[in-house]
Amino acid sequence: MNFERIREKLNILADAAKYDVSCASSGSDRANKNQGLGNASKMGICHSYTEDGRCISLLKILLTNHCIFDCAYCVTRKSNDVQRAAFKIQEVVDLTINFYRRNYIEGLFLSSGIFKNADYTMERLVAVAKKLREEENFNGYIHLKSIPGASDELMYEAGLYADRLSVNIEVPTISGLKLLAPDKKHEDFTKPMLKVKNEIVRYKAERKIIKSTPKYAPAGQSTQMIVGASGETDKDIMYSAVHYYKNYQMRRVYYSGYVPVADDMRLPAIGSQVPMLRENRLYQTDWLLRFYGFAINEILNKEHPYLDMDVDPKLSWALRNLHHFPVDVNSADKALLARIPGIGMRSVDKILKARRFRKLNWDHLKKIGVALNRAQYFMVCDSRHWERRDLDAEKIKGMILQTSTGKFRNQYSTQLSLFN
Amino acid sequence: MKPSKTLIYDGSFNGFLTAVFVAFDEKINVTDIQKNGQGQNGLFSETETIFTHVEKAKRVWNGIRNKSHNAIANVYFAFLSETEGVELMLYTYIQKLMATTLGKQMDYSDGIVLYIDQLAKKVGREKHRMEAFVRFQLTKDDIYFANIEPDFDVLPLISKHFRNRYADQQWLIYDVKRKYGIYYNLDHVEMVSLNLKEIHFNKIHKSDAFLSEEYDYQTLWNDYFKSTGIKSRINPKLHTQHVPKRYWKYLSEKKEAV
Ligand code: SF4
Repeated sequence: MNFERIREKLNILADAAKYDVSCASSGSDRANKNQGLGNASKMGICHSYTEDGRCISLLKILLTNHCIFDCAYCVTRKSNDVQRAAFKIQEVVDLTINFYRRNYIEGLFLSSGIFKNADYTMERLVAVAKKLREEENFNGYIHLKSIPGASDELMYEAGLYADRLSVNIEVPTISGLKLLAPDKKHEDFTKPMLKVKNEIVRYKAERKIIKSTPKYAPAGQSTQMIVGASGETDKDIMYSAVHYYKNYQMRRVYYSGYVPVADDMRLPAIGSQVPMLRENRLYQTDWLLRFYGFAINEILNKEHPYLDMDVDPKLSWALRNLHHFPVDVNSADKALLARIPGIGMRSVDKILKARRFRKLNWDHLKKIGVALNRAQYFMVCDSRHWERRDLDAEKIKGMILQTSTGKFRNQYSTQLSLFN
Repeated sequence: MKPSKTLIYDGSFNGFLTAVFVAFDEKINVTDIQKNGQGQNGLFSETETIFTHVEKAKRVWNGIRNKSHNAIANVYFAFLSETEGVELMLYTYIQKLMATTLGKQMDYSDGIVLYIDQLAKKVGREKHRMEAFVRFQLTKDDIYFANIEPDFDVLPLISKHFRNRYADQQWLIYDVKRKYGIYYNLDHVEMVSLNLKEIHFNKIHKSDAFLSEEYDYQTLWNDYFKSTGIKSRINPKLHTQHVPKRYWKYLSEKKEAV
């Protein structure tokens, strides 16, 4: 190993890859084969955490940061004056294996700038994965980036070796894409996605008949959207997310607050604050859609194209729909319980179990873990004390804000003070 | 009524289960169950020394498991917490468990049941942490070696995970606090008791037990750790919540911060 050379490349190519927020290693249960190396853990494992508190689970690098494109939001863009580097295929294989053997990582997340053309690049990503699986007998987690515009044949092959594949949409609207990534066409993103989705469906069906059908991308596909780069609304972002969940069976959509990397009139200036609170609200909305039975138009629509920044989206929805409340926790069905602000899905399950034995009162609910400071205005339970005043939405919101300490409260108040 | 007795066992889990067996079998009124050599406190009651008997232990194990899979895991995990007095609590827990009718959940409003459950959860968390935080260093004899210093005695719990994952390399995970390790010899895992004089932290000062290449990889990993963070999002509170400081000295990426 030429240590100094590798070190330099790693620094450049890890730095360029860090803006991809996904580091998940979950969703695959690949077993260790023939006394080989590694397996995938269904739940995923975080081996460390970055100083910004994100999970480090995979070796996340670019194969190269040479790129023929010039997407405005990307550090790797052609016109950016940065140091360039490229790994050899064997170098990535060796790094992955050596990190893995030391229990630093769950596997590899390999992405790349586009050099020469899409297929040429994709071919090399696939070659790394193939080498790991076939020559090193490696059964750990592999996440490959699908290069926009890559051919169906290559995407097919990629799924045979990778656990997860992802194409980052990055810009949620087609008009934004035209503005910020003029070299890329929307179809370049969707074509590889569609191919992978179809193969996943086909393999699943075959598996039902022939048990020994090999795995094809067992952890599915994901995508990422940048938030706050192109003036898009929350509605634009979330409608687009729903579209990808539905039509491409995405496992996950990630939302990444734009970290300014360019002095470009089209984008927020370098040094502007990363919209972390907004990012957080989008994730909360994503959860409401996937696990709480909400439909997107209930939360975001023509009248409400932006999420409320001072309260979470469920509370915001409830405040707009006070006619559904109060809900009786001792009789309401599961779907309705899930809509009470301050009650998470875990609490819903506990409530359903516990109320078989006895009627629940405030004390029980507190022990179960319900956030009463929010929930109390929206429910009744086995107690004579409940909110009887006919409060309007603004009042309730005001009272809740007084008693809450959200994790972004600080950021929120500094943002507020900017406007004072 | 039978006289009260304190049972003394050898400190092993099988020893403890044997003690439970004897207590049930002889209908002993148990005042305490203690490890031997642990400053016995039998002043006010008679003591009985229990000889570990695998068959008896197995019968208790199976008895608990037949009642509930969750309970047997709870008992084992809570035992490994090494909390003072946990044996007597577990004994009471097992008594309560045996008194439940089949298929019925234990009552989680009961203090002891709740306590054992929480204790087991804590040990479970430590198990997951160790699966994540073990950092192997490759020695000159081709063994991947790691030190750990877990709050609880979790080596028996993590053995299977590492066995399944690292099936083609020799490895040794050594518990610095409890002075024993688990060693995988490419065939099976065995317990080894060692008394290492020199504790090999992932320290700035290097040991000649390792290849120089080993330190190169640590440097690469530390570099990687640094370059993957995004400075404009830095959040030290969240960071230490995920990686508590007491683990830092064994993590090469954090050694400079110690
Ligand atoms: S093609 Fe990819 S790597 Fe190249 S500039 Fe666009 S986003 Fe960046």
